[in-house]
Amino acid sequence: MTIIDLKPGQKARIEGWATDTPPQRLLEMGMMPGSAVELVRYAPLGDPIDIKVRGFHLSIRASEARLVDVVLL
Amino acid sequence: MADLPNEPLRRVALIGNPNVGKTTLFNLLTGMRQKVGNYPGVTVERKVGRLEGEPPIEIIDLPGSYSLSPKSADERVAYDVLMGHLPSERVPDLVVCVVDASNLERNLYLVSQVMDTGLPTIVALNMTDAAEAVGLHVDTAKLEEELGLPVIPMVASRSEGVGKLKYRMRQAELPPAAGRRWDIMPVVEEGLPFLMEHLEDMVQEHGRRIEVLQCLTNDAMLDYWRDRAPAFHEAVHEERKRLEGLRAPYQQSEIMGRYNWISPVVARVVRRSKADGEQTLSDRIDAVVTHRVAGPLLFALLLLVVFQAVFSWATPLMDLIEGGVAVLGDSFRTVAPSGMLTDLIVDGVIAGVGNVVVFLPQILLLFFFLGLMEDTGYMARSAFIMDRLMNKVGLSGGSVVPLLSSFACAIPGIMAARTLANPRDRLITIMVAPLMSCSARLPVYTLFIAAFLPTGTVLGIFTWQGVAMFSMYLLGTVMAFVAAFVLRRFVFNKGDASFFAMELPPYRMPRMKQILWRMIDRSKAFVVRAGKIIFGMSIILWVLATFPRTEPSADLLQQRAALEAAMTERAQDLRADGVTPEEAAQMVEEQFGRETLLVDNRIAAWQVERSAIGRMGRFIEPVMRPLGFDWKMSAGIISAFAAREVIISALATIYSVGDVDENSPLLREQLKADTYADGSPVYTPLVAVSLLVFFVLALQCMSTLAIARRETNSWKWPFVMWLYMTGLAYLFSLVIYQGGQALGWG
Repeated sequence: MTIIDLKPGQKARIEGWATDTPPQRLLEMGMMPGSAVELVRYAPLGDPIDIKVRGFHLSIRASEARLVDVVLL
Repeated sequence: MADLPNEPLRRVALIGNPNVGKTTLFNLLTGMRQKVGNYPGVTVERKVGRLEGEPPIEIIDLPGSYSLSPKSADERVAYDVLMGHLPSERVPDLVVCVVDASNLERNLYLVSQVMDTGLPTIVALNMTDAAEAVGLHVDTAKLEEELGLPVIPMVASRSEGVGKLKYRMRQAELPPAAGRRWDIMPVVEEGLPFLMEHLEDMVQEHGRRIEVLQCLTNDAMLDYWRDRAPAFHEAVHEERKRLEGLRAPYQQSEIMGRYNWISPVVARVVRRSKADGEQTLSDRIDAVVTHRVAGPLLFALLLLVVFQAVFSWATPLMDLIEGGVAVLGDSFRTVAPSGMLTDLIVDGVIAGVGNVVVFLPQILLLFFFLGLMEDTGYMARSAFIMDRLMNKVGLSGGSVVPLLSSFACAIPGIMAARTLANPRDRLITIMVAPLMSCSARLPVYTLFIAAFLPTGTVLGIFTWQGVAMFSMYLLGTVMAFVAAFVLRRFVFNKGDASFFAMELPPYRMPRMKQILWRMIDRSKAFVVRAGKIIFGMSIILWVLATFPRTEPSADLLQQRAALEAAMTERAQDLRADGVTPEEAAQMVEEQFGRETLLVDNRIAAWQVERSAIGRMGRFIEPVMRPLGFDWKMSAGIISAFAAREVIISALATIYSVGDVDENSPLLREQLKADTYADGSPVYTPLVAVSLLVFFVLALQCMSTLAIARRETNSWKWPFVMWLYMTGLAYLFSLVIYQGGQALGWG
């Protein structure tokens, strides 16, 4: 599953990226394999989403969230 | 110890993630002693200030950066300054890395990169209060030990800890140079020494390693060496091939290596007194503010208030300024001898200054609200709410506020685009903002709609005129979205696929001082940078409307002479009847004032027609005729380049109706009565519509061009902006007028 498959409030652990060229910015923000991620909520129109990584809130679009493989915690 | 006169000031660079209070700290340290400019060739703002005291220190505020591996022009500048890649910038003697204590892990990522540069570094551990509030306690001593750097805890918004930082910055002995504390995966490490050798003569030893790492993963960074060190350039490509052959994830290796070091450090220095999942106040606010229903409603309500403020609360102030400028000009005329120089000062210089200052109330008000939104953290939420909608046309959520601001005036709107982190989104927003119908178009809409469009109602409740007004606003907005879509699709379609990663910082209480600071900062930028251009253009337009100076025709001179004679005679008669000279002068003025004005205006019109601008109007008339415009409208359009509403006073001069505003029945009647030589009316409803559409789409505002020049730091984009908007205007007016005529509506 990927981040976009999580329900609001669900926490997961990042397994890896479904692409050979993950966005560097998201890696630098700490979205590394092994780190925890929580889907906090969807924006009113369903996209982007608000996720919590390494203690802070980050907004990413569904198109990027779909690239992050996770396992539910 | 005596000061060495030639010793340069100690130079301290401030660096930090966005939203960590870096600017607050910079303002605290430097007060009003700041210089704002641009780095050469890029749109990045360069802010330098001075910390007074003994010895004084030069402080350079680097753009907010998440990383030193540049993804944006801002971050590129930050890296280049630290590495000494910019010939105009001396490498700082000391780096102060501002860190958010409540968000230590991500912030240490940047710290670890700064440490790699080998420059003496101090960590300013800011927002310790916010960290405590969410139950995070940072052990400062332990952090100093882990980083090998001095760490100064502080709350910059309350000035706590700033004194200690100043003391450390001034100490004669700099803190020891920072060093690398993390390791990269062995397979990548293997190749580094060989690559570093290539840069031996070109990069100082301490910065060599991070430079090589940047080049390994970032093409933009490697390009810097293409001509400077071709062998190195080649070697990096070889190394990349080697690593790809081994299927080593070298692209991510630096990031992984750094976090592998950071995560345990954070675990050792941060103590948590609250459970991780506990809801903070910020989370609870977000539950409402980004709620599916309440969120958009709240945003709409807020925009309504902002719009109302910028659109109407600013009006009395703007009227006051316009009135003040007029009074200033008039009183100057009464004391100065009448003549060319006085005309230049009043109509060129004073009016030119007025053209600049009149925008200040809107800019100040808008930046008050923007400051409030940014300082509280709401700005990021508004982008979060609107992103989906804006993304469809190639913009991002952050474009909403700048575009809506442009309904009041494109100038603050374009300046507001600074809140967009992505340079491409920012540029597109700037490029389409002037299509939103600004308040300067309103007088033009009012005049032509009232004069030429039918009065009746539609569907019982709407008047045709109201519908027409609405259509003008709608047309501008739709075209802005179309233009954004086209720009994104065909002009800015190269490079990395843009993605959206925006921090949603915790809500904070707004600090009035910071907001006021920004209002002043932005207004100063407008007055100083854009003001110069607007001011210059105002004088040029005055010159064009005044020269070449022609003597009025014999007929007009005769009219004036006859009028003057009649006035003298009347005055003599009155005095003969025993009226005092003062009363006589007043009675004559009352009786002949209007006629004098008419004759003066006829003379002015005669001269304008023969001035450069009149000739230009005649000259472009053949091009404008297919749109339905005669030479007078053409001259009006040229003079409207100073500001759109100027077309009304220009037409008033040309039609000899004196000083009027858009509601003047006199000007309306004159326009309606005007005919071509063959007796057909100059203005028909179709011509009016064509002219209205032209005003919706054309870029006739030198202030907008001036601010676009300032914000993009190039003449290219303002030029493209003018070209495409004016092209659109011409095309639309042409289709409307020609199509309308073909359908027999002319």
